[in-house]
Amino acid sequence: MSATKFSNPVVSWIDHRLPIFSAAEHFASDYPTPKNLNYFWNFGSLAGFTLVVMIVTGITLAMSYTPHVDYAFGSVERIMRDVNHGWLIRYIHMNGASFFFIVVYIHMLRGLYYGSYKAPRELLWIIGVTIFLLMMATAFMGYVLPWGQMSFWGATVITNLFSALPYVGDAITTLLWGGFAVDNPTLNRFFALHYLMPFVIVGVVMLHIVALHRFGSNNPLGIDARGPQDTIPFHPYYTIKDLFGLSVFLCIFAAAVFFFPNFMGHPDNYIPANPLQTPAHIVPEWYFLPFYAILRAVPDKLGGVIAMFGAIAVLFVLPWLDRSPVRSAKFRPIFKIFFWVFVADCLLLGYLGAKPAEGIWVTLSRVGSIWYFAHFLIILPLLSVIETPRPLPQSLSQSVLGGSGAMAGAAAAPKEKA
Amino acid sequence: MRKFFLAAILTFFSLPALAAGGGDVVLKHKDWSFNGIFGTFDKASMQRGFQAYREVCAGCHSLNYIAFRNLADLGYNEAEIKAIAAEYEVMDGPNDEGEMFMRAAIPADYFPAPYPNENAARAGNNGAYPPDLSLITKARAHGPDYLYSLLTSYKDAPAGKDVPDGMYYNAAYSGNMIAMPQPLYGDDVEYADGAETSVSAVSADIVNFLMWTAEPSLESRKRIGVATLFFLIVFTGLSYGAMRFIWADVKKKAA
Ligand code: HEC
Ligand code: HEM
Repeated sequence: MSATKFSNPVVSWIDHRLPIFSAAEHFASDYPTPKNLNYFWNFGSLAGFTLVVMIVTGITLAMSYTPHVDYAFGSVERIMRDVNHGWLIRYIHMNGASFFFIVVYIHMLRGLYYGSYKAPRELLWIIGVTIFLLMMATAFMGYVLPWGQMSFWGATVITNLFSALPYVGDAITTLLWGGFAVDNPTLNRFFALHYLMPFVIVGVVMLHIVALHRFGSNNPLGIDARGPQDTIPFHPYYTIKDLFGLSVFLCIFAAAVFFFPNFMGHPDNYIPANPLQTPAHIVPEWYFLPFYAILRAVPDKLGGVIAMFGAIAVLFVLPWLDRSPVRSAKFRPIFKIFFWVFVADCLLLGYLGAKPAEGIWVTLSRVGSIWYFAHFLIILPLLSVIETPRPLPQSLSQSVLGGSGAMAGAAAAPKEKA
Repeated sequence: MRKFFLAAILTFFSLPALAAGGGDVVLKHKDWSFNGIFGTFDKASMQRGFQAYREVCAGCHSLNYIAFRNLADLGYNEAEIKAIAAEYEVMDGPNDEGEMFMRAAIPADYFPAPYPNENAARAGNNGAYPPDLSLITKARAHGPDYLYSLLTSYKDAPAGKDVPDGMYYNAAYSGNMIAMPQPLYGDDVEYADGAETSVSAVSADIVNFLMWTAEPSLESRKRIGVATLFFLIVFTGLSYGAMRFIWADVKKKAA
């Protein structure tokens, strides 16, 4: 890493003392990347893009937003009506949150399908789950800010959950509220935290990328790249592919922002918060629905809270639950079936989270929740032992870009680690 | 993996619809001029709706987020807006003596509310609260159709259904018992342009007006949206071409 690497003398002088240009080159340019990544590998950069969009629109909103119970709703309406293009900024931020979750959910399912959480990428996965948790907290607090009916009642329901914790529960809820109910102090601290958390996410995303670059991307075959014949430089190949993915994403995102901006929202949030009037159904934003269903599936409040957080906690230990040495579902016929059943189960739970907690819906939620945990705690550990994986290809370059005839070494053991 | 993608798209489109929650009532659907990606407001109808709001609804319902100056969107000129504003009185002050006083409204003022506060509104309406109408078409599921249905679905209660005192039967309202007396009976207003004044025609005018109060940026939003999407689709095509071009050598080697 010599200073002569850059022809521009200023760049070279700076880089010798502060190697930011080398770092940039390492991270974005000559970073070797598997040749065979499919479009599911676009979602990481899309998530990063969405995070930046959220921060830019969020800071712009904050310039005209008033965190006070008497003015918050009105200030958001001022943004919609009197701030130049305020409606656009607000609709981007509002829909951006939903698209952030769509992108991240696809990103995570990609990891589940191709076994990206397995050695040596366990920490990368764990950091990712941490980002997911921080995102949920950020989005939850952001949804409270416009101070509509769902803002208020969603905040009330969710903050109340913490009171179920033994010993510390009441202290935690009082701390969250800044008093004895959701009120002005709650709104103020949620605004402060909602402003802070995205920057914490930026920090954790950096860790995520450092961890990623240690071993590079996984790939649809789930076997390691063995040398230069298996990889291509990130730039220009994946920069242009990410750009293409981004433009497709932007088309869909723009269609939502400009033509269906309130489709993913709840109409009740256009009614100012009223602590004296409970809405008929309190439903969280769609991206929380599967977890909400798990929460309500347990008859006991504390049990429900534990189950809900447990649903995320199992993701942290996933690398040690699935012990199969084969990463990609492509070579795991039984795992593949259970993967799709799991996806269906999450969709079912999302559906149930929007239904009233009564009758058949509760029963179904229980079945769905049990399956969710069984998938991680029973099925995956069991499959690691009983499933016979299909033979793995010898190397990436032999079966690159859809060529399926290149299964050399068909009888070789599935262990592919170099 | 294609299935995977389909599933993701399906979640995206089905969950919010479910979250919005179904109702127990049947709505009348109308083909509003503001629907669709090229939708625009019907200004003549909005002006009539504004008149109907002023003459019928304003006695009970406020319109807190609308200032007189906003009426320019309906096609009124400055002089007309000044004249409309001047018909209202608003409280101002304190003056040099420290007293609050009433004066004629100017375009910068917001529409005065019929009641000074919620308690007064309830006291005047048998304990029920007539909500602010500025955002009503966004604050209800399928807002425009719902509002239209609500205004046109007052009926005699079916036999055997008891309607308590101060309540009215409405087929579009959840639970069918609403505390708002039927506001429109037909010929409640007289339009200068001679347009129809049946209950359904006036209701449609009111919906056009109240969609604008809820979403005044709707027209520019859709206009900018069409242009943005056009640009993005072209850009997507270009970036696809560039990608194919750059990847050509990798693909050739692989083949
Ligand atoms: C005599 C007073 C009065 C007049 C005039 C009146 N309303 Fe109402 N309105 C009410 C009251 C009271 C309620 C609350 C009803 C309830 O809570 O059951 C209400 C409720 C409503 C609602 C909310 C229904 C819901 O889904 O909660 C809408 C929309 C509405 N009115 C529209 C109008 C329109 C449009 C007009 C003019 C054509 C109008 N109202 C005229 C008294 C009035
Ligand atoms: C991780 C990124 C972020 C997420 C997921 C997120 C999520 C949300 C959500 C869901 C809302 C409610 C939208 C609505 O219904 O109106 C919201 C509102 C808001 N957010 Fe964020 N946000 C993020 C970043 C930021 C940042 C960095 C700021 C900077 C201060 C910010 C400032 C605001 C403000 C002022 C509001 C209230 C205005 C409004 O409701 O439109 N957000 N956010």
